[in-house]
Amino acid sequence: MAYDKFTILRSAAVPMPIENVDTDQIIPARFLKATERKGFGDNLFRDWRYNNDDTPKADFVLNNPTYAGEEQSRKILVGGKNFGSGSSREHAAWAIYDYGFRCVVSSFFADIFKGNCLNVGILPVTVSPEFADKIFAAIDADPNTELEINLPAQTVTLLATGESESFGINGYKKHNLVNGYDDIDYLLSMKSEIEQFATTRPY
Amino acid sequence: MSTPKTLFDKVWDAHVIRQVDDGPDVLFIDRHFIHEVTSPVAFLGLEGRGASVLFNQRTFATADHNTPTLNQHLPVADPLSANQLAALERNANRYNISHWGLGHQKNGIVHVVGPENGITLPGMTIVCGDSHTSTHGAFGAIAFGIGTSEVEMVLATQCIMQPKPQKMRISVNGTLGKGVLPKDVALYIISQISASGATGYFVEYAGDVFRTMSMEGRMTVCNMSIEMGARGGMVAPDTTALNYLNGRDLAPKGEDWDKLVPYWESLRTDEGATFDQDLTFDAADIEPQITYGTNPGLGTGVTRQIPLAEAVKDGAASYKKSLAYMGFAENETMIGKPVDFVFLGSCTNGRIEDFRAFASIVKGRKKADSVTAWLVPGSHIVEAQIKEEGILDVLTEAGFALRQPGCSACLAMNEDKIPAGKYAVSTSNRNFEGRQGPGARTLLASPLVAAAAAVTGVVSDPRELM
Repeated sequence: MAYDKFTILRSAAVPMPIENVDTDQIIPARFLKATERKGFGDNLFRDWRYNNDDTPKADFVLNNPTYAGEEQSRKILVGGKNFGSGSSREHAAWAIYDYGFRCVVSSFFADIFKGNCLNVGILPVTVSPEFADKIFAAIDADPNTELEINLPAQTVTLLATGESESFGINGYKKHNLVNGYDDIDYLLSMKSEIEQFATTRPY
Repeated sequence: MSTPKTLFDKVWDAHVIRQVDDGPDVLFIDRHFIHEVTSPVAFLGLEGRGASVLFNQRTFATADHNTPTLNQHLPVADPLSANQLAALERNANRYNISHWGLGHQKNGIVHVVGPENGITLPGMTIVCGDSHTSTHGAFGAIAFGIGTSEVEMVLATQCIMQPKPQKMRISVNGTLGKGVLPKDVALYIISQISASGATGYFVEYAGDVFRTMSMEGRMTVCNMSIEMGARGGMVAPDTTALNYLNGRDLAPKGEDWDKLVPYWESLRTDEGATFDQDLTFDAADIEPQITYGTNPGLGTGVTRQIPLAEAVKDGAASYKKSLAYMGFAENETMIGKPVDFVFLGSCTNGRIEDFRAFASIVKGRKKADSVTAWLVPGSHIVEAQIKEEGILDVLTEAGFALRQPGCSACLAMNEDKIPAGKYAVSTSNRNFEGRQGPGARTLLASPLVAAAAAVTGVVSDPRELM
């Protein structure tokens, strides 16, 4: 599925300094029953965001008008350590994208979630624990402080202070994100090589 | 002499078609399992591109995640679940993919039916849109969970693009004590290295404990690899593995089988091969385990206390949030905590050995009146075996009933939801907030610990009932 190309992103961020945010929290299993990819953003963090009677939980960050609320336009989510653990459900990445985020920053990502993000056009940015703390502190001091995520240069910068850190991504995935390509395009282009390889497999 | 290689290297390297410059490996996939939840959007994507399924005989479909576990002969009541099940059937039919839907005699949880029908074989690469695909690593396969975009890739091209993970070996040496099951081994390791301790790694399990472990036990441990953050885990195939597979319905037969045996026997880590991390544990340190928090790393011996915040790897704020959700406090003893529900089942512990273990405790006892117990076999084949071995009689006499196969309360996509605030001792794999139903509180444990809770109504040490 096509996604927005990613080059340089400047935005204020939504802070979520919680460790081990698993994909069951990002989107609970009962919302995985769709057969099409649409509307998942409505159920992003469903059980942290809403009470059982569907009224918003006032103390959850996505319901806090300082950071989010109905007029949410922030493109960056900053999470705690081990973000996206657990289930492989790509719906978690779809929900984050559909809600409006294009980048998730954390000091540590779970593997499958990270791969899913890259496949749907969300940039997972891994920063050092120290820089993550700096980002949380900066947002704490000024909720509207902006971050710049520069994919071509592979840097994340706190614009208020100019403090910056570089992040890793392989050249292939970077090229894909900058151009809006995906792995299937690449794999389809090597179909005959794959068919040849398949004949060599014992099963 | 060639460079010594690990088991993982041997299998991975044999499947790499191309190494992308400054990028991932293009990995050929031998077997692909699909189910109703993570495949419909992949098929839509395929159609949107005008692509088709490249090798339909390498993909196998089974319905499990949101199937009901009662009255499976009736139409599925939830229209959304029914719609997903219909989509799976429609897509399978359209591309002529094997489909073991609801009601099929081979139906069951994908990670139970794959091995028990001989679809899973040593040396394979196996993927599925489900993180517990790591289960199949018990046979010396590289098996891991993938997202829906990758499901689409495998359907269209039989390949995915993955950077090669780092390698970790986890050895457990010595002999397991009384009442200590493979689930306890897995929960113990995770409690020692945390729920993210193996992120970025692929694990090989080695040492005495795994060499002497049954295939059901190896599947339980490999299944839980993802709960320590690993992409997957594997055990070198040996006679135990081959004996389990030989003669299974879809396993190679006769000469075809014989020709593969020498290759399978070569699938072990060479002397001198190196790992990025090499961890060793002593079997004698492991007692029956139970979790008290909201990630699988927050577990301890069933006779122990809940640790103080300083003693755990998670940050204090996250740890306190976790205990508050559970309604527990630091320093409390686990033994004696009231239990409302017991769940025996899932791709972790829904196999015949798990039901044998559960029955060994409840035999001659009665289910506690305060406990609601859901006993869900992993497949119809497991269900049939439970009946043949007389286990059903034991369970019935003790006041338990058997449900029909499926993922059930493990992820609560069907009606099997633990009510808010209630405590469930579950043999499944995740104790995340709301995993077994909004507000549900999960204590992960082995089938023996689950059985002990089911007959006493509280967290109990199964060794005292053996």
